[in-house]
Amino acid sequence: MMQAKEMVVVSGKGGTGKTSLTGSLSFLFRDKVIADCDVDAANLHMILNLDEVLLTKEFFGGKKARIAPERCTQCGKCRDVCLYDAISGDFVIDPVSCEGCGTCHFLCPVEAIDFDERLAGYCYICSTEDNGRFVFAEMLPGEENSGKLVAMVRNEAREEAKKTGHGLILIDGPPGIGCPVISSLTGTHLALIVTEPTPAGAHDLKRIVELTNHFQIKTAVVVNKSDINASYVGETQRLCKENGILYLGEIPYEPKITEAQKEAKTILDFAPQCVASRAIREIHTKLQSILEEL
Amino acid sequence: MMENMNIAFASGKGGTGKTTIAVNLAYFLACSRQKVQYLDCDVEEPNGHIFLKPTIDESAPAKVLVPVIDQDKCTSCGECSTHCQFNALVTLPGNVLLFPELCHGCGLCIHICPEKAISDGDREIGQIGEGTAVEGIDFIHGILNVGEPMAGPLIREVKHHCKENHVRIIDAPPGTSCPVVKTISDADVVVMVTEPTPFGLHDLKIAVEVAKDLGKPIGVVINRQNGGFPPLDAYLSKNNLPVVMTLPEDREIARHYSMGDILLQAIPSYMDRFMELAVNIGKLSGDTKTQVVK
Ligand code: SF4
Ligand code: SF4
Ligand code: SF4
Ligand code: SF4
Repeated sequence: MMQAKEMVVVSGKGGTGKTSLTGSLSFLFRDKVIADCDVDAANLHMILNLDEVLLTKEFFGGKKARIAPERCTQCGKCRDVCLYDAISGDFVIDPVSCEGCGTCHFLCPVEAIDFDERLAGYCYICSTEDNGRFVFAEMLPGEENSGKLVAMVRNEAREEAKKTGHGLILIDGPPGIGCPVISSLTGTHLALIVTEPTPAGAHDLKRIVELTNHFQIKTAVVVNKSDINASYVGETQRLCKENGILYLGEIPYEPKITEAQKEAKTILDFAPQCVASRAIREIHTKLQSILEEL
Repeated sequence: MMENMNIAFASGKGGTGKTTIAVNLAYFLACSRQKVQYLDCDVEEPNGHIFLKPTIDESAPAKVLVPVIDQDKCTSCGECSTHCQFNALVTLPGNVLLFPELCHGCGLCIHICPEKAISDGDREIGQIGEGTAVEGIDFIHGILNVGEPMAGPLIREVKHHCKENHVRIIDAPPGTSCPVVKTISDADVVVMVTEPTPFGLHDLKIAVEVAKDLGKPIGVVINRQNGGFPPLDAYLSKNNLPVVMTLPEDREIARHYSMGDILLQAIPSYMDRFMELAVNIGKLSGDTKTQVVK
């Protein structure tokens, strides 16, 4: 059987409307599994009409060190070797600062430091009322290794796609360009970047394009809230041309999108005939034909 | 006086206007003759400079430790790769491979290697820029190299530039991951910027949990207020979270943002709101001091 194609929606910065757009697109693609890889702030489930959680899996992230005072001789070795200033003068490890590297644990002469895995989040496999299978995850606050959790979500989504025979995995990626983003981009077939026409948007777009180029992923760009500042739309088009990136078009600023969000609906549902909804349908058609050619 | 106070601006999700509020509070305080330092810890998407337009006088690379392996001394015993918590080392017959993107620079492998075949080198992860912005605001930011997953050490580096006798405005990264927790762990007051939507509220709740766990006083800024969003109001009053400022949904604000303008320079009539914000933050920090006295 053919392997499902993976399309990831990303944005250099947060708040460009990435999740709303992914939500809308998810209702337009028929043959797909949806994965929310924004594990630090998972939102997509709020607009997807979840039916039930079929399976919950625990996610174990990195380890953290803890000194057992009854065994510690206060020799000071651990404080010398910890490069993260995580161990206090009276030999207590601050879990916020502890990077989980294990150096103190392995070097303590009397084995006074425990080093255990911690539950760092959950991954959920769900059914939706009318939109197919959906995989998402939640990171417990302050935990690390969100990149690893992203990988887990993508794996589960692939399993679901295999089981259901769907040809597409639609991924809502995390914002930024850090570890979880890299983890959600690697090995995908198409990256859709949602940007906005502002200096911050242009700045962040350049950075994420560098990233998709680095991983040699076919990339397409959509400008959201395009009429806020028309001059940056031109700049975005130029940037796409220079980098050999597909420019798919614009979605105009639509106050109804905020209203739709308040009711936890997609704009397609809330105002199917508004300009934004029409623009989204056009973008979907273009994406469909790009995916077919891949 | 707000001297020596650390005010961190956080948000559960990106794009809520965190930077706008932080920049304009910095500007307002500087206009009222306070010594202000702006620390942009949002190293993946540093945007503060777009508005504050600092002249960067000093720029220095930020580095982390990276192991250097002397393949002649290495016996391929595999001790280093089995101990490394981040899978950054792979032992092959005849040599050891390092994956620098995965390495956290902890130094454990250097201590562990029985042949003393590993020494410490360094690797650049980004740049620290320092300078002066409008109204004499002291400005520091960190810019993470594209494709670089290690945000933590760069944020630490930015925070090492804290200046005495200044009000320090800290723009934290969005979300609740480990670097965020580290950023706000040094704050005296945490200002959460949110939007009156279900997404906004969902992410605010998670971010508030983190700040509460750290025992920080929290103030909430509601951005893009248009009409009410009763679930948000209910949540705030149930949890005793004070609203320290609201900003309306205003296309003009969005337009000035898109041009990289400082809101208060463009529309000075918003000055009153930022004065209120400053006063409210002062009150919040006062609260903690009385608590400490008790
Ligand atoms: S190295 Fe071990 S014994 Fe020494 S101070 Fe640290 S925990 Fe205690
Ligand atoms: S595990 Fe690493 S970061 Fe944590 S306390 Fe030990 S040496 Fe420090
Ligand atoms: S320095 Fe630490 S993270 Fe890097 S390779 Fe060595 S053990 Fe692994
Ligand atoms: S621990 Fe030292 S000798 Fe052993 S494989 Fe690693 S580098 Fe080589």
